[in-house]
Amino acid sequence: MNKTNPILKMRNITKTFPGVKALSGVNFQLYAGEIHALMGENGAGKSTLIKVLTGVEKLNSGEIFLEDQAILARTPSHAQELGISTVYQEVNLCTNLSVAENIFIGREPMKPGRIDWNTMEKRAEELLGRLNIRIDVTKTLDNYSVAIQQMVAIARALDVSAKVLILDEPTASLDASEVEKLFTVMRQLKQEGLGIIFVTHFLEQVYEVCDRITVLRNGALVGEYITADLPRVQLVAKMIGKDLAELSSCSKLDAADDAGSKEVYIAAHNMQKQGTIYPFDLDINKGEVLGLAGLLGSGRTEVARIIFGIDKPDDGEMLIQGQKKKVAEPIEAMKAGMAFCPENRKSEGIIANLTIRENIILALQAKMGWSKYISRKKQQEFAEKYIKILSISTPSSEQLVKNLSGGNQQKVILGRWLLTNPELLILDEPTRGIDVGTKAEIQKLILELASDGMAVMFISSELDEMLRCCSRMAVMRDKKKIAELAGNEVQESIVMQTIAGVH
Amino acid sequence: MKKLKSFVGSREFWPILSLLLVLLFNFIFTKNFFVLEIKDGHLYGSLIDILNRAAPLMLISIGMTMVIAIKGIDISVGSVMAISGAVAATLIGGSLEMVNGANASGTAMPLPLVILIALGVSAILGMWNGILVSRIEIQPVVATLILLTAGRGIAQLLTQGQIITIYYTPYQYIGAGYLLGLPFSVYIVAAVFALTMYLTRKTALGLFIESIGINQVASRFSGIKVKSISFWIYAFCGVCAGLAGLIYSSNVKCADGNNAGLFIEMDAILAVALGGNSLDGGRFSLIGSLIGALFLQSITTTIYAIGVPPEITYVVKAVVVIVICLIQSEEFRKAALGKFARNRRELSEKAAVKS
Amino acid sequence: MKKLQSNLKYLGLFITIFLFSILFAVGSVMYDGFFSLQVLLNLLIDNAFLIITSIGMTFVLITGGIDLSVGAVVALTCMLSAHLLEKVHMSPFLVIPLMLIMGSLFGFVMGYLIQSFKMQPFIVTLAGMFMARGLCYVISIDTITISDPLYQAISQFRIPLPFDSFISIGVVIALVTLLAALYLANYTKFGRTVYAIGGSEQSALLMGLPVARTKILVYTLSGFCSGLTGIVFSFYMLSGYGLHCIGLEMDAIAAAVIGGTPLTGGIGFMTGTLFGVLIQGVIQTLIMFQGTLSSWWTRIAVAFLLCVFIILQRVILSKKESRKVLTNTAAKAS
Repeated sequence: MNKTNPILKMRNITKTFPGVKALSGVNFQLYAGEIHALMGENGAGKSTLIKVLTGVEKLNSGEIFLEDQAILARTPSHAQELGISTVYQEVNLCTNLSVAENIFIGREPMKPGRIDWNTMEKRAEELLGRLNIRIDVTKTLDNYSVAIQQMVAIARALDVSAKVLILDEPTASLDASEVEKLFTVMRQLKQEGLGIIFVTHFLEQVYEVCDRITVLRNGALVGEYITADLPRVQLVAKMIGKDLAELSSCSKLDAADDAGSKEVYIAAHNMQKQGTIYPFDLDINKGEVLGLAGLLGSGRTEVARIIFGIDKPDDGEMLIQGQKKKVAEPIEAMKAGMAFCPENRKSEGIIANLTIRENIILALQAKMGWSKYISRKKQQEFAEKYIKILSISTPSSEQLVKNLSGGNQQKVILGRWLLTNPELLILDEPTRGIDVGTKAEIQKLILELASDGMAVMFISSELDEMLRCCSRMAVMRDKKKIAELAGNEVQESIVMQTIAGVH
Repeated sequence: MKKLKSFVGSREFWPILSLLLVLLFNFIFTKNFFVLEIKDGHLYGSLIDILNRAAPLMLISIGMTMVIAIKGIDISVGSVMAISGAVAATLIGGSLEMVNGANASGTAMPLPLVILIALGVSAILGMWNGILVSRIEIQPVVATLILLTAGRGIAQLLTQGQIITIYYTPYQYIGAGYLLGLPFSVYIVAAVFALTMYLTRKTALGLFIESIGINQVASRFSGIKVKSISFWIYAFCGVCAGLAGLIYSSNVKCADGNNAGLFIEMDAILAVALGGNSLDGGRFSLIGSLIGALFLQSITTTIYAIGVPPEITYVVKAVVVIVICLIQSEEFRKAALGKFARNRRELSEKAAVKS
Repeated sequence: MKKLQSNLKYLGLFITIFLFSILFAVGSVMYDGFFSLQVLLNLLIDNAFLIITSIGMTFVLITGGIDLSVGAVVALTCMLSAHLLEKVHMSPFLVIPLMLIMGSLFGFVMGYLIQSFKMQPFIVTLAGMFMARGLCYVISIDTITISDPLYQAISQFRIPLPFDSFISIGVVIALVTLLAALYLANYTKFGRTVYAIGGSEQSALLMGLPVARTKILVYTLSGFCSGLTGIVFSFYMLSGYGLHCIGLEMDAIAAAVIGGTPLTGGIGFMTGTLFGVLIQGVIQTLIMFQGTLSSWWTRIAVAFLLCVFIILQRVILSKKESRKVLTNTAAKAS
């Protein structure tokens, strides 16, 4: 291992998207024969860094050196030719083709005039054998688990003679034994002198295989650390952006907590969905803000989706105000008094080509049914009301929602749900990608709603705002609810330790 | 001035303009095109003829507009049309009976019941499409392909492969009769149009339909019953096609399983696209589609009038489809109109500064 | 379980071949003179043209596209050949290559529009269908009979086979096309790219495959097959007519689907398509032998089969998807 001379160097990488600085002056280096974790919460700039490196996005300024040669990948396949291969979480292979073909398509061994299937299959077996995978390479890829598919993707990458291998969230959909198998392969490749960049959200996995960690936050470099020297709590602190020293002095400002007198609005019992979320119990009281804390992929969103009737649970029951209710569709959840601001604003929230007015009244109208049409005048009133309350900046309520900024779109969705006058409001990352001022407004709104007696379930990647808003917190890790914190326990250091899994 | 501008920007502008252009062409080149005569208290003339002949297409275009608005497609409408006509003809049955040299053929079943059953069958066929698309989640083109293939067979099965002539005169009123000087079919179209307008603009259905067409997931998350609405839209389209089948069979006085509504699905899709509706779903304009249907019929009538073989319309239609799709294609606009659009933007900016 | 899943892909194909045998056996038991080599060969003779179009269609369907223009292009080829042979008195040796070029060109233009401007295949080929039919009528409204001696000779030529049976030249062309298609699909980079695009266009792009070129070529190939079909069909019918082959596109799609090619792309069997055509043929023959049933029953039976196969494929797909749900929900989480 040559510690003085990295195989890959990225210097001063800057990338801006219209209105957003995704990366500002980030440095990154990777040595041959190491596994290097790239960490950070949402919007930290991990995926942008990878995209710049693999030629999906063009950088604005900065330099990239591969083995001391300045390079600039134009496309992913160009990056591959240069020796930088990526294996994505959603495997980018053709599952309808055979395993062997997936490794070699585009570079098939040929006999005069035709593809030489025998050689191809033999070479595929050899290549997979190197990774200790012994499977029938003539079968199509969809016969195999995602884990194997990932191995095949790695094999394909290796055959193009990769120097740098990027694994982008490869473990998100694997179970424990599959993860172990992947790690074995990663360690072996490391022995063979490959540089591996490992992007993940799972702390335990980082500590299991990675030699070093680079942490990004808000598009800037936080630092590069040797894994062994960085305690978990500190890693979480770096990702979330809080210093540990600062933490211990900070305590929860206790707003007269009368948890005992509160009425339970919804009680979920033993809810579960195989492969998505382990069984969980959860109570949400009226007039409280319950936080769902945990890193990305820990199962926060899945809990919300099951409660709101988007995904069907395999087992478990739900009591709403003491009544057993089956919620199989969002409309049923709404009729039971729920509202849900989804995490993915563009694809699950806004109806881009409709006006602000139509977007705001949509849920109320759906709840009332198609025949009870809200008059145009009433619609106008409702829209104006929420444009004012939420201070949505727009010239008129007839503006198309797609023309608004992200923050204003979020407010429109909030308006849509507040108009239905819900008893339980589920907010999944309501402040993501929103400017600081708007964030504060939304947090204030959440507290006001709760003090008016609404039950709020709040999911966010930013611990700060969770601490500010939540009176109780459920902590999630690895698709499991692992703890519930209330009262004095709702404290930064405790929450972080719980998330990180050290007590 | 402002009103004119908003009209130019609206989706109905281009279809109306094209229709006017065709009419203008006829005004100059076709003799007697705009002449309206009154015979036996009925209006006659090319314009009336266009309205009457376009009636089935207009009906189907209404149904197709709704289906396309939810990001679907229904290519089985022609077959449904054939079946509906065949059902009606079979139920009426009978043969030519002459009394004192006048046609006095009867019907085996009361006419209202015949119509009801024919439309019921069409609705069931539409529901079949709806189930395949919304419950079994088969892509719309594929799902409706099944009925497209089977439909003509079913129609011929009903008519025993014959072209059944319908002698019962009251039935002929549907497609060839006149009411207050205008063809009766025009009233049917007007009624369906008014009903659809009412349902989509005076209730929340229009909003739901557009919402589904733009973003199905977000619509479901907002509590819209996506599946059930899609299902009923296909059923509605079936009824529209059935009604069109009744008008057509009544107009030509026979049920022809092979040729009734042949290729009408293509015309309907074309009418919807001509009407300024995006084939990707979302916002829709019923009026636009109707004008699109009238435009197509005007072209056909014009081609007849100027003495070119009517089959040439196929070529004209093909060119029109490609041009519309090219205009709707973002890639094409970027490639071909990029420069033009820039110039126009600069111009309009200059204009804005001036005013 | 694993074994079953690996076979799911071939399930449609097996069912089709099995069904064909059953239908043929039923016919043999029920009707005298059904069980003979010549009846079997007649299936090929009467459907040679359909085999060729269906093969072109299968390639298009594998990429996840659709080509509705084939019937019209076949009609146009017949019409134009008849016109050139009879009215222009062009040599058949010039007409035949010219028709193949015309068909390919027709397909190429449609493919280019689809690929370059991201237009829906279904709309573009629909326009192509209108165009081709319209052009037929531009040439002539009426039937043009072909009296060219070479065409006449080919039409009447019978290639003798053992047991007093024979096949036509059209069958030979169809079988050669089938062999060429098998080679193209399974042993060339082009063929494998076609399958990859159907599996996932996105992945194919990321794997550096020539997606745009291949997609355009697939429609060109389908156009070529339509041109070839037109030639074979004019040998068979000895005429050009604007209403030839109405609905052929649906028969071709049905043949491919019944042969185990789902309309979602990524999977497709050339041999399956052959059997898809033969099943339609055997149903037709059965109905003919039966005598009292009318020809429209063929259509209903084919549509019924089409429906069953589409739903079957949908079920297989949702089985696969249920396994993928895990991946996707996990993917959404991050």
